[in-house]
Amino acid sequence: MKSIVQTNPKPTAERTAPQEFVAPVVNIFETDDGYALEAEMPGVNKDGLEITLEGNEITIVGRRAPVRVSGTLLFRDRSTADFRRVFELDPAIDTSKISAKMEQGVLTLGLPKSERVKPRRIAVSD
Amino acid sequence: MNLTRYQKPDLSWTSFGRLSSLRDELDRLFESPWAELARTSQLWSGWTPALDIHEDKDNFTVHAELPGMKREEIDVSLHDGALSISGERKAEKKFEAAEVYRTERFFGKFQRTVTLPAPVAADKVKAQYQDGILTITLPKTEAAKPKQIEVNVN
Repeated sequence: MKSIVQTNPKPTAERTAPQEFVAPVVNIFETDDGYALEAEMPGVNKDGLEITLEGNEITIVGRRAPVRVSGTLLFRDRSTADFRRVFELDPAIDTSKISAKMEQGVLTLGLPKSERVKPRRIAVSD
Repeated sequence: MNLTRYQKPDLSWTSFGRLSSLRDELDRLFESPWAELARTSQLWSGWTPALDIHEDKDNFTVHAELPGMKREEIDVSLHDGALSISGERKAEKKFEAAEVYRTERFFGKFQRTVTLPAPVAADKVKAQYQDGILTITLPKTEAAKPKQIEVNVN
């Protein structure tokens, strides 16, 4: 019997199980100029990267580039899940100047502090 | 070396979307890099790259996760049918003086060795490093390839 309510209008190819993510491991450093964040996302290239900024929160999503491998799987310990992690930003960060670089599966975010909070040397007048 | 042979589940996840393995469940349970860490017991023994091995009729294909390395820092060798991936990942010098907020990434030496189930032609092995994934293609020797034998039935 045909159902009146169409529950899933999407074609089969687009329909996927609820998205699962793994959190990428990160290193975070602070210097006088700002912060640097490195996130390991092997198998993700520039095109698979989505970085969104919402208020004080930065969300990093990395989607693995599809790899076509023929044959049967003998052994597996890699995860196939995409990467996602959210960070709260220090209000001192100038969000308009955030930079991102992707190199061999490692994302490096440059999070510079705004000029007003940078340590400054004050010249002393005579 | 924690190497356990992959056991194919009864219902493979490829055909049914995601029928999760126990490990996936656990990963989700912890949902933190620590789950990943505990999995490979990297905490105690440096780090070992995660890898997958595929086999088709001509080749073995190995994919190893080695994010943030340089090509020249990776060593691939084959000895007596055992494939070894080793190297050293060096931390970036420019953050040496910086204040550290989080250090979840592993640096230093690593090695992982897997024994291949059939002989491979050592001189035809190819390795490629892209997006932090090392792909090694190991062609089987002629003797190891499956052969079609024709039987004439009279």
